[in-house]
Amino acid sequence: MAKFEPVLMANMHKADSHTLKVYEAGGGYRGLRKALKEMTPDQVTETVKASGLRGRGGAGFPTGLKWTFLPKNHPGPIYMCINADESEPGTFNNRYLMELDPHQVIEGIILSCYATKAVTAYLYIRVEYPLSRRRLQSAIDECYAAGLLGKNILGTSFSLDIFIHVGAAAYICGEETGLIESLEGKRAWPRIKPPFPAIEGVFRKPTVVNNIETAACVTQIIDRGADWFKTIGVPADPKNPRDPGSYGPKLYCLSGHVNKPGCYEAPLGITCRELINEYGEGIWKGRKGKAAIPGGISMGLLTEAEFDTPLDFAGPGKVGCLGLGTAAVVVMDETVNMVDFLHNSCRFFAHESCGQCTPCREGTHWSLTMLERIKAGKGRLKDLDLLLEIGDSIGIIPGTTICGLSDGAAWPIKNAIRKFRGDFEEYIKRTNPNGYMVTEPVPALLQLGAH
Amino acid sequence: MGTVLVDGIEVPVADNERLNGIQAAERAGIDIPHYCWHAGLSVVASCRMCLVEQGTKDPATGKITMIPKVVPACQTPAKDGTVFITNSDKVKQCRAQVEEALLIDHPIDCPICDKAGECRLQDYYFEHGQPERRADIRPFHSPKREMGDTVTLFVDRCVMCTRCVRFTREITGTSELMVTNRGSHEEIDVFPGFPLANKMSGNVVDLCPVGALGDKDFMYQQRVWFMKSHDGICTGCSTGCNIEVEENQDRVYRLKPRENAQVNQWWMCDEGRYGYHHVHAEDRQVGPRRREGDKYVNIEWNTVTAEMKAKLTAAGRIGAVISPHLTIEEAYLLIKYVRSIDPAAVLALGPVPVIGTDERFPNGFTIHAEKAPNRRGIEMLLAHFGGKVLSFVDFQKELDAKTLRAVWVSAGYKKSDWNDETTARKFAGLDVLVVQDLFSSPLWNMATYQLPGGSFAEREGSYVNFQDRLQTAKFAIRPPVGAWVEGQLYWRLLERPGLYQSRKVLTEAAAEVTALHLALGGVPPTGLDLRANQLAGEKKEAATV
Repeated sequence: MAKFEPVLMANMHKADSHTLKVYEAGGGYRGLRKALKEMTPDQVTETVKASGLRGRGGAGFPTGLKWTFLPKNHPGPIYMCINADESEPGTFNNRYLMELDPHQVIEGIILSCYATKAVTAYLYIRVEYPLSRRRLQSAIDECYAAGLLGKNILGTSFSLDIFIHVGAAAYICGEETGLIESLEGKRAWPRIKPPFPAIEGVFRKPTVVNNIETAACVTQIIDRGADWFKTIGVPADPKNPRDPGSYGPKLYCLSGHVNKPGCYEAPLGITCRELINEYGEGIWKGRKGKAAIPGGISMGLLTEAEFDTPLDFAGPGKVGCLGLGTAAVVVMDETVNMVDFLHNSCRFFAHESCGQCTPCREGTHWSLTMLERIKAGKGRLKDLDLLLEIGDSIGIIPGTTICGLSDGAAWPIKNAIRKFRGDFEEYIKRTNPNGYMVTEPVPALLQLGAH
Repeated sequence: MGTVLVDGIEVPVADNERLNGIQAAERAGIDIPHYCWHAGLSVVASCRMCLVEQGTKDPATGKITMIPKVVPACQTPAKDGTVFITNSDKVKQCRAQVEEALLIDHPIDCPICDKAGECRLQDYYFEHGQPERRADIRPFHSPKREMGDTVTLFVDRCVMCTRCVRFTREITGTSELMVTNRGSHEEIDVFPGFPLANKMSGNVVDLCPVGALGDKDFMYQQRVWFMKSHDGICTGCSTGCNIEVEENQDRVYRLKPRENAQVNQWWMCDEGRYGYHHVHAEDRQVGPRRREGDKYVNIEWNTVTAEMKAKLTAAGRIGAVISPHLTIEEAYLLIKYVRSIDPAAVLALGPVPVIGTDERFPNGFTIHAEKAPNRRGIEMLLAHFGGKVLSFVDFQKELDAKTLRAVWVSAGYKKSDWNDETTARKFAGLDVLVVQDLFSSPLWNMATYQLPGGSFAEREGSYVNFQDRLQTAKFAIRPPVGAWVEGQLYWRLLERPGLYQSRKVLTEAAAEVTALHLALGGVPPTGLDLRANQLAGEKKEAATV
C-alpha cells in the first residue's frame, strides 16, 4: 500500500506551525477567502454535504446533514459549539490539531459558522489541555488582528466571534447536550431529546455541535473540493442504502503495546493490523497481540483474529463493537488479563457516569463492585451472567438512558465477557477455587476503595 | 379529537390537550409507575421507571409499527395514533431492573422510616420488583442531615429523582436544593449557610417518592397506615388551599395539600401545613361556663340551649359578631338565630387579621396576608341579611353608643391575640355577653357565657376564598370532650332535631342568599366559582337595560 500523503497533519512538522504566518505560507485561509468571495452559505453546506464528511467526534453523523437540520430563516442567533472536551480514554487527535495546527481548526470553524449563519462560536475545551488552550487563544487573537474574526470578516458582511470556554474535566461534558448544559453554567446532565440542539441548544437557540477534527476536515474540503475528499476512504455499501460511506482522512490515535505509539493520519478504512504494523511498527517486545480497542474504550474490543477489520464507520460494528468512535486504537498484548482491562473500564465509567438515569448510575457502579469482587478473589461464575445482563440492559440503544455514556460503559463489558469468557472463568476458578460455583447470595463485600 | 391506544384500550384525546404517556394511560385506568415525573414540575425522564414500548398506528391502513427500543412514557407525547404497550415482558423486565438498581444502594430501613406504607419504592417493589436481591453490595451510607428548620434529609434513602431540586427551582424560585457529587455517590444537598428556608419548604417532603426527605414536624410521630385522611380546607389564610387532614383517633398528625388546579395546584405553604398545633393545645377551652358574680361555674350544654333564648330575649337589642373563621353554614345559622330573637339584630364581621403583604411565588402560588378563610363568605351573608352591617371597628362604636344590650361574639382564631384589654373594655356593661372561642382572651374573661368552640379540623362546612370560590371541608376529628362545634350549638339553639347537618344548611342558605345560589346543586370536590353567578347576573342586567 502506497504511503498516504497526510493532509490534516501536513503542516504539523513545520517550525512554529501554530502561527498564522506559517499556516498562511502553507496555503492557509485560502479556502476561507474563496468561500467568502465566491460561495453562498448554502453552497458551503452543499459542498460539505456532497463530500460525505461524517462527524469525527464519535457518532459519525453526516456533518452537512446536521447543518441542514437548523430551522430555515431563523431570526437568530444561531450558535456553533466546538467540542474539544476530548476525554475518551486513548484519544488525543484533537490535541494534536489544537497544539500544532490551531489555524486549520479555526478556519474550519469560521467556514462552518459561515455555512450555518452562526454568529458566535463557543469552543469548549477541557482543562487538562493548557497548551492547546494557549495556542488556540493566541491563534484566535492573531485572527482578530488579521481581520479573519470579528466584525465584517475580510470585508464581507459576515461577522463571527469565537470564545473559548474551559470545562472542568468531566467525561459527560463531551456529550453534546451535556456540553451545552455545562456551557450554560449548569450541571452537565445531558438533556432529553427531542428537541435536538439544532432546534433548541445553547441558551435555547439553534445550535450545531461539531468536533475539532470535523472542523479541520471542513477546511480541507472547501480548499480542495468535495470530489477530492471522496477519493479517500471507503465508499458507501451499495447493498446497504442507509450506509453513507466513510470518506476522507482520519487521525488515528495508536497507543498501548506497540513499538511506536502516536497519532497517525490514514485514510478511513485502514485495518487495525495495518495500523499496528505499518504505523506502530508492530506489537512491542516481539509479543503477539491479544486484543485492541478500536476507537476509544467505549467502543468495545477486537480480538486478535478481528484485527483485519477495516477501521471505518461501519467496520467495527460488523464484529460486535459499538462503532469507530474516536478511532483511538489501544493495543493489548498477549500478557494482558481481560479481567484487569474490564476492571479498569468499569472503574472509569462508574466514576464518569453523571448519575442522572438510574440504570447507568447504578449499573456502572454495580458492575464495578462486581469486578472488585472478582479481582479480590471472591468472584463467582454467576457474576459473569449478571455483568452481561447489566451490559445488555443499559444504554440508549435498548432505550433505558438519556445519553450514550452507558452504551459506552456496556460495550466493554459485553465484548470482554463474550469474546474472552475463558479468561474470566479461568481467573475466577483459579482465585476462588472453593466458591466460584456458588449461586446463592453471599454476604456483601466491603467496598475496596473503588473511586 | 384523537385516539391514543394504551394496551389496546382506546383513549380519546382532545386536539388541544398535551398529555404524556403516563397521563394517557391513567385515563385508560392503567398505572405506569414513575418516580421523577410530577405533573407540576418539568420533565427530566431520569428515573426510567416509566419505560414503555411505543409505536404509531397508521390512520389509513390501521397498521401498528412499534419502535424497537423502550421509551420513557413521561417524555413521550400522547398524540393521535400513538400506541403504548405497558404490560409486555420487555416493559416488565425494564421495571424490574430499575427497581433492582434503585434498591442496590438503599438501606431498606423501612421499620424506622416514616415513609413506610406510602413509599413508592416499597409499592413498586411488591408490584414490579425482582423476587430476590442479587446485588451483594453493602448499601451506600451517608449520615442524615438537616436541610433547614423543617426538613431532614436521609441521604442514603434517596433515589435521585430530583423532584425536590426542581421544586425549589421552578415553584418557589429559591433554588436552595442541588445535586452534589456524581454517579452513584450523588446526594441532594444545600450550600453551607444557605439552608432550605422558604415558606413552602414542606412540599418537598410530599414530593419525595421515598423516605429521603423527612418532615421534622411529623418525624417518628405516627405510622401512616394508622392514619385516616379527610378532605379539608386550610383556614390559615384567604387562599383556601385544599388539604388532607390526617388523623388517628381524634389526633391530627399532619396536613397535606390536596390537588386543586384552580386554587393551590399541588402545594400548600408551611404556615398552613404546620398551623394545626392549636387544635391539640394544652390551654384549649373545654366545657361551657356561666359567670355568676365574680366566678364562673361549669354548666351543661343542655343548660346553655335551654336558657339562652330567654336571656337574650330579656336583654333586648342584640349584636352579633360573625367571625371570618365560621363556615357559611354556621354563620347562616347564627344569623338566623339572633334574628329569630331580635329581627333588627346588628350584625358585624369579626376582626380579619392581616399580617404583612401577599406573597406570590414565581409559579403563581400566593400566600395571602389576610389570615382568615371566610371573609368573603361572611360578607355575602351580611350583605344579604342587611340591616346594619358593620366592620368590627364600627361595631365597637356601636357599643360605645350603648344601644346594644346583648352581644354574641363568635371567634375561633388560632391564637388568643385577636382582642386586647382595650377592645374588651368596650364590651363592659352588657346584660349578656356570649363568647365562643378556642382560647382564653381578655374578652373571654368578661363573658357571661364562655362557650368553647371547635377548631377547623372538627368543624365541617364551606368557606369562600379570596377569589369567591366556595369550597367544602369535611370534619376530620371529634372536638375534645366538653366542646361543641359551632354548627351543633346553633342547630340545637334553633331547636332543630338530631345532629347538625351542614349540607342541609348549605342548601337552605343557597336557596335564600342570591350570591350562593350556585351551591344549590351541590359543591364539587374542587369547589364552586361563585363569580360565574355574578357574571351571569350582570349580563342579565345588562341585557334588560
